[in-house]
Amino acid sequence: MDLNFTQEELAFRDEVRSWIRENLPEDIATKVRHDAPLSKDDMLKWQLILHDKGWLTYSWPAEFGGTGWGPVKQFIFEEEMAYACAPRILPFGLRMLGPVLMKFGSKEQQDYYLPRMCDGTHWWCQGYSEPGAGSDLASLKTAAVRDGDHYIVNGQKTWTTLGQHADMIFCLVRTSTEGKPQEGISFLLIDMKTPGIEVRPIQTIDGGREVNEVWFTDVKVPVENLVGEENRGWTYAKYLLTHERTNIAGVGKSNQELDRLKELAASQKRGGKPLSEDPYFAARMAKVEIDLMNMEITNLRVLAQAEAGGAPGPESSMLKILGTEIEQELTDLTRRALGSSARALTPEANETGYNGPHVAPEGFNNASAVYFNHRKTTIYGGSNEIQKNIITKMIVGL
Amino acid sequence: MDFTHTETRRMLADTIDRYLRDKYPLAARVEAGNAEPGYQPAHYEGMAELGVIAALFPEDQGGFGGEGFDIAVVFEELGKRLVNEPVMDSALIPGPILAAAGQSDAVENIIAGAARYALAAEEPQALYDLDHVETTAEGAGDSFTLTGTKTVVKYAGGCDGFIVSARTDKGIALFLVAPGDVALRSYTTVEGGRASEITLDGAPGTLLGEDGAGAAMLQDAADRAILALSAEALGIMQTIREMTIEYLRTRKQFGVPIGKFQALQHRTAEMLLEIEQARSAVINASNAMGLSGAERARIMAATKYSIGRIGRLVAEESIQMHGGIGMTWEYDLGHYAKRLIMIDHEWGDQDFHLARFVELGKAA
Ligand SMILES: Cc1cc2nc3c(=O)[nH]c(=O)nc-3n(C[C@H](O)[C@H](O)[C@H](O)COP(=O)(O)OP(=O)(O)OC[C@H]3O[C@@H](n4cnc5c(N)ncnc54)[C@H](O)[C@@H]3O)c2cc1C
Repeated sequence: MDLNFTQEELAFRDEVRSWIRENLPEDIATKVRHDAPLSKDDMLKWQLILHDKGWLTYSWPAEFGGTGWGPVKQFIFEEEMAYACAPRILPFGLRMLGPVLMKFGSKEQQDYYLPRMCDGTHWWCQGYSEPGAGSDLASLKTAAVRDGDHYIVNGQKTWTTLGQHADMIFCLVRTSTEGKPQEGISFLLIDMKTPGIEVRPIQTIDGGREVNEVWFTDVKVPVENLVGEENRGWTYAKYLLTHERTNIAGVGKSNQELDRLKELAASQKRGGKPLSEDPYFAARMAKVEIDLMNMEITNLRVLAQAEAGGAPGPESSMLKILGTEIEQELTDLTRRALGSSARALTPEANETGYNGPHVAPEGFNNASAVYFNHRKTTIYGGSNEIQKNIITKMIVGL
Repeated sequence: MDFTHTETRRMLADTIDRYLRDKYPLAARVEAGNAEPGYQPAHYEGMAELGVIAALFPEDQGGFGGEGFDIAVVFEELGKRLVNEPVMDSALIPGPILAAAGQSDAVENIIAGAARYALAAEEPQALYDLDHVETTAEGAGDSFTLTGTKTVVKYAGGCDGFIVSARTDKGIALFLVAPGDVALRSYTTVEGGRASEITLDGAPGTLLGEDGAGAAMLQDAADRAILALSAEALGIMQTIREMTIEYLRTRKQFGVPIGKFQALQHRTAEMLLEIEQARSAVINASNAMGLSGAERARIMAATKYSIGRIGRLVAEESIQMHGGIGMTWEYDLGHYAKRLIMIDHEWGDQDFHLARFVELGKAA
């Protein structure tokens, strides 16, 4: 056994690290570090910097203009990005739709959409969930009815992340009510500017505006926007869900949050003594650090398997559960470490030019909101209960 | 043994419940909580008229209650409807301090809902330790001047006076300071409501009670606050319980109500039994208000610890079992969950009280 990266992998890591250091705009990194919301421009700016370098499509095969990196290099890249507080690359186009088009899309669709999701022309969002179809996604009702050269779409999607910025949405729609629900679903690409589409914001408990309802009333979609075959959409969606989910644990991000928490705990004082020396708090921090250490190895084990050609099965569900629970625990400890000051709702205090009261230490003015916002991580992307169902089904087989 | 409330207390609970059901919709509470002054003065006065504040004070101070169980009954009802009025901060905490210092006019006005006072005790870098006082009071007799800073002073804006803890050569003492002599910077709190950072720069203060007796007076105030917060949390948890059970019964996925999934059933059962544990903790604390010394202190610490731990469980589990809808501002649950979590950030969190419980156990 050898737990270490190879010399080549280490050299690659150093290259990535120094490139990020030189190219990641400081103001953007600070926003990420302080959990301040990023604007659309911030996100696009970073995307284009990566695109120029050729690293935006780091997970794509070379034939589609990707780097052709294997799972280990992709992992190293992602961890370095997260640890340096680079904005997360939005997954909807590059990680979700991209691979589906490469495998099931037509040549025309590949040639048209793939470059545009890289150069900032198309901001994609994901239209799967509906009010009545969450965990039970196959029960979705948004209907697409064929009418000559078009589909006429009616229905409602919900929880659409950053749909307010989107130019395009990829949707699962119902094209048949015969047979099993999974067999009547199609995968459709829809221009958000089409008449009949309405985006309504949903405010989250932390006050944030990251999700939306998207309503469709007699929306005309050209038939060439169908991906693959009609009524085969479920297969494509499932492919997308199982595709290379080796980074789902978010090790880099959690390591960065842990470092920040340790710094905070060292500077917070009770009775003149740092909170990091309080045995109760120190034990809580130690436990999450240990979980994270173990998870890192678990993640590397999955990676080694993927590098050798194995497809992650129940392991990606395991990593999703572990990763989100650790992430949530870190947000919980961060708010706790702040004591009474976690009660102040002064997110603007993390921004330059703010001249109101500073209640919490710099960079921690949004910690309670972040804690509440992170409740989402065990709900979305297949809730943790659903992941547990998957694990037992695949392993126990009942 | 008898675990039922007296007839009078049951009637009080009914009266509060009826008032709130008719007149206190959550939407207005949320809106008010996110603007100045952070609460709804008309309701604060309305509740005072109903006797909500008088129930928290003994007869010799002008009230009709003042025992632990009175406090618990009132705050449990307020919690059930997520009431965001400064009954605890402006009345229950400062009132008895002023009463003990002979300020009977002030107490009368507090009970009538006509005056509000704010306790300014915690300092930055104290992390809940009220004995950590760097604010100084210089002088003697009737004239002291205070200098220092205090953090997260709830509903400081518009109050009729501050009770400030400060260090003198005899130890910690409490002083009454006029609002005009204090500099405030206000902000909204996470669950809705207002708080301020306050600065005193040679502010004149009137000694309340004995010089050097401040720490004991603060401990007394802390016990009242712990009981009120714990009872409020219990009320909140009951509402969350009802909402969650209702949701498990009505939300369908895979063709069945999600409450049919055993994974959720067991978690619900866990939540329900923990809420019963929380109720027992609140009863224990209510009773302990009639005790004194380390016995009472240990029970109060145990209660606040329990509420912090169970509150987190209930807030997190209920959101999780609701799925996406539990994450939205528009749905009531999130507002209850936020207050429940923030209760662990007031008057010492679960770790603080667990440590205290251990220390008090060593001393016993
Ligand atoms: C912040 C956020 C962003 C999102 N972004 C997007 C997006 O961009 N695009 C998109 O399409 N969707 C998105 N989603 C939707 C997300 O995928 C759904 O919320 C998720 O699938 C859960 O569905 P639901 O909310 O309807 O909960 P439900 O499915 O109703 O679940 C409620 C509870 O029941 C549990 N449960 C359900 N079925 C079972 C079972 N069989 N066994 C045990 N427990 C079960 C769940 O785990 C949960 O605890 C987002 C959600 C959130 C919160």
